[in-house]
Amino acid sequence: MRRCRPAPRTRVVGRNVPRKEGAAKVTGRARYVDDLSFPGMLWGRTIRSEIPRGRIREVRHSLDAGFVVVDHRDISGRNFVALIEEDQPCLAAHEIRHFAEPILLLAHADRDRLLEARVDVASDPLEPVLDPERSPKTFKDLTIARGDLDSGFAAADLVVEGEYRTGHQEQLYIEPNGVIAVPEYGGVTVYGSLQCPYYVHRALKILLAMPDEKVRVVPTETGGAFGGKEEYPSMIAGHAALLALKANRPVKIVYDRTEDMVATTKRHPAIIRHRTGVASDGRLTAADVDILMDGGAYATLSAVVLSRAAIHAAGPYRCPNARVRARSVMTNTPPNGAFRGFGAPQSQFAAEVHMERIAEALGMDPVRLREINALRSGDETATGQKLGGDTSALAVLREAVRRTDFRRKRRAWTGTNRGIGLSLFFHGSGFTGSGEVKLASKAALELTETGARILAASTEMGQGTRTMHAQIVAETLGIPYARVEVGDADTARVPDSGPTVASRTCMVVGKILQECAEEMKARLGKASPREYLRRHGPLVVTKEYRRPPGMRWSDETYRGDAYGAYGWGCDVAEVERDPVTGEIRPIRLTAVQEFGRAIHPILAKGQIEGGTAQAIGWALLEDVAMRDGRMANAQLTNYLVPTTADTPAIDAVILDNPYAHGPFGAKGVGELPIDGPAPAIVNAIRHLGFDARSIPATPERLLAAGPKR
Amino acid sequence: MRLTVNGRRRDVTAPPMKRLLDVLREECGLPGTKEGCGEGECGACTVLLDGAPVVSCLVPFAQARGARVTTIEGLRGRSALQEAFVTEGGAQCGICTPGMILAAAALPKKATMEEIRFGLAGNLCRCTGYTGIYRAIRKAAPGRKSLESSVLGARSSVRERGARRRKQ
Repeated sequence: MRRCRPAPRTRVVGRNVPRKEGAAKVTGRARYVDDLSFPGMLWGRTIRSEIPRGRIREVRHSLDAGFVVVDHRDISGRNFVALIEEDQPCLAAHEIRHFAEPILLLAHADRDRLLEARVDVASDPLEPVLDPERSPKTFKDLTIARGDLDSGFAAADLVVEGEYRTGHQEQLYIEPNGVIAVPEYGGVTVYGSLQCPYYVHRALKILLAMPDEKVRVVPTETGGAFGGKEEYPSMIAGHAALLALKANRPVKIVYDRTEDMVATTKRHPAIIRHRTGVASDGRLTAADVDILMDGGAYATLSAVVLSRAAIHAAGPYRCPNARVRARSVMTNTPPNGAFRGFGAPQSQFAAEVHMERIAEALGMDPVRLREINALRSGDETATGQKLGGDTSALAVLREAVRRTDFRRKRRAWTGTNRGIGLSLFFHGSGFTGSGEVKLASKAALELTETGARILAASTEMGQGTRTMHAQIVAETLGIPYARVEVGDADTARVPDSGPTVASRTCMVVGKILQECAEEMKARLGKASPREYLRRHGPLVVTKEYRRPPGMRWSDETYRGDAYGAYGWGCDVAEVERDPVTGEIRPIRLTAVQEFGRAIHPILAKGQIEGGTAQAIGWALLEDVAMRDGRMANAQLTNYLVPTTADTPAIDAVILDNPYAHGPFGAKGVGELPIDGPAPAIVNAIRHLGFDARSIPATPERLLAAGPKR
Repeated sequence: MRLTVNGRRRDVTAPPMKRLLDVLREECGLPGTKEGCGEGECGACTVLLDGAPVVSCLVPFAQARGARVTTIEGLRGRSALQEAFVTEGGAQCGICTPGMILAAAALPKKATMEEIRFGLAGNLCRCTGYTGIYRAIRKAAPGRKSLESSVLGARSSVRERGARRRKQ
C-alpha cells in the first residue's frame, strides 16, 4: 500500500481479518430470502400493466377460493410507496404511468397454479411520453453557481462545447428482489433482501396505517444490491404484507429475473452538455454544464440522484466561474432509482470525456491539462466547499500515470489498434448537504460477557459491513476482533442507523460506533466485561451522528460543504479494438484510489475491483433496449454483463490519506470506483481515433460516431 | 428415481421434467444451490453432475437418473478453495459463490489463467470483478488435492474434468 500521508498504527484496523459471514457463504449455509420457509406459507405474484400509459377500465378474473386477491381497495393506510414524494402508488387504482406497474396481487399455496392464473386488465391507452427532452413534467431542477460566467468566457482563449449521453443500467444483483411477510402479533414482520430496513419500516407503517411496534423488518443475507435494493424493497414488501394480512398466512414474493429487470429501478439515463472556456495555457476559466436526467414515471429518489450528479458535474477541477443547471424529468418508463454512484458516474463521465476533448482542442497532453486544473488542499469546489488536507487528486493522477507508463504507451500506440485513456474523479462520502444532519443516525453497542455486540441498521450485502464495523469496535475497545459480535439489522432490535447507501456505512455509521466504543471503554475502566455486568448490570451505549465541526450547507443556494469528505481516483484504461468486429476489448484497468484509509484492505480492494467491473459493463456492454416504454431485453441472454471473458486484469491500488473525522481516518469506498472506468475507456477509444461521446460504446455506436475531427 | 447426492444414495420422487435445481432445493433439502436467472446464463445454480459442472436450472430431473450430483453442501468441511474464497475476497455477497466454487473445483489441476477464465465464463459475479476469485483459486492451487478428495462422489471423474466443458 502506498501512502500520501501515513495512517496511525493499529492492531485490528488495516488487517485482513476473516469476514464474519465468510464461512457461511462458502459452505452454502448462508440463508437468503428464497431459502426461508414458514408454516402455511403462500406464494405471491404481481399482476402488472401491459401498456406504458393509460387508464384502467376494468380488472377481470374468475379465480377460485384458493386464491387470495388484493387490489388498491385493500390498503388500509395510504396508497403510496413512502420515500421523498407521495406520488407512486403501491397498487395502481385508475391511472397507469408505466409498463409493468403493479395493479393486482395474487397469492396461492401452489406455485404452479399461481403462475397459470389469468387476469385481464382492460385499459384505455394514452399517448406515452418517452423522450425526456419533450417531457412536460419536471421532478426537480437546481442550479449551482460560482463566480461570473460571462467574465470567465471573456477571459478564455478557446471555448469547447459537447454533448454526452449515458444509458440505463440494470444493477443486476445475482439474487433478484424478494421478501416474505409474516402476519404476527396483530402486525407484520417482513424478511427480505434489502439495504435499508428502516425505509421499508416507514413505508409499511404508512401503507398499513400501523404504529411503529406493529411493523418489524429483518434483512436476510442479501445477494447483492448496488442501490437496486435501496427503495424498491419498500414496494415489494408492501405487496407481500398486503397479501399476508389478507390471507392471515405468510406470503413469499421472489421475482424471477425477467420481472426484476422489467419492473424494478435502473440507473438514470442522462444527456449532459458542457461549454467550457479555457486559456491557451490550459487553465479553465469558465464551465457551463447542463444535465438532463430521465427519472421515469415516478419521483423515487430522482431529486437526490440529480443533486449528487450536479455537485460532481464539474469534476475534481478548479474553475473560478462555473454554473451547473440540472433537471430530472418524468417519462412513461419504469421509475429509475438508486444505483451505485447515484448520478455521479453520469456527470463525471461527461466531465472527463469533455476534459479529453479540451486537451485535444488545445493540443495538450491530457495528463498535463488535468495536473494544471486538479483540485488541491485549500481549493474550493463548485459549491464553495474548501477542501482539507485529504485532497489527493494530484497524488492519484501521478501514481496512475507512473504505474501504467501512460505517456510512453500513449505515444507508442497512436495509430495502432491499441488505445490508452484516463479519467480523474472524486466522490463525496455520505448523504449530500444537510442529509446526514436530517437523518440523525443512531447506532449502539451492547456489552456482552466476553466483549461487545454491535446494534446497527447497516446491512451486509457483500461489502463487508459486519466485518468492518467489528474491526472499528475491536480496535477502539482494545479487545480481539472475534469478541465483537454483530447483531442482525432487525428493526425490533437495532436503532435507525440510516440507510446502507451513499458510501456512508464506514465513514458515518462506523464513526458513530467508534464513539460508542470509546464511551464503553471509559465506563468499563479496568473492569472486564464480565465483572462490569456482574457489578452494574446490562450496558448499552447509543450514540447519534454529530456533524463535524465547521461544516455548513444551504439547501436553498446549494452552497457550502456538500459532503464531509471526498474519495479521489484516477483510472487508466488500456483497450484493443478488434479490426474485424469493431469490438473494444479492455486489456487492463488500473484504478488508483484514495479513500482515507482501508479498514480491511482485501474488502476495500474488492469494492474497487467490483465497482470497476460494473462500470466496464456500463461503458461497453450493458444496453437496455427500451422499446415503447418497455425493456425489450429483460433477460441475461441479451442484456450482457461482464463475464470473466469480458473483464480485464484490474490493478487496484489504495493510497492512504486519513480524514480527520472518519473512523481511523476512513472515508467511503463503495461508490468511488464506479465513477472512473467509463470515461477512461471512452478516452482510450478516442485515442484509437473514434469520436466516442456516449455509452455503451458498442461497435454500432462507434461506427456511427465516426472518426475524431 | 435413484441418484447419488453428495456421496449419499437417495430415492427421490419428483416429476421427470422438474428442474434439478428445484429437486435439490425442495426435495433434498439442499438450499445452498442458488437460482439467479433460470435460463442457464448466470451459473449461480452450478452443481457437478458426474463431476462436470452443469447449470441445474436447465437440467431436468430425469437427466440426473443414476448420476452423481455434488452441491456446495457436498464439499465436506472447509476445503482449501473455500478457505481461500474467504481470505482472498472471492466471496462478497455470496449468492454466486456456491456455483462459482463448484465451477472452480472442476477446473483442470494446474489450470493456467486462460483456463481459469474460460472455465468460469459461465458463472456471473457482480461483486468482485472476478479478481478476488482468481486470487482465491491461485492461492488454493497447491492444496487442490485436498479439495478433490473432499468432493464426495466426484472422485473418479477428477481426471476427466480437465477435458470436459460445461454441458450446454
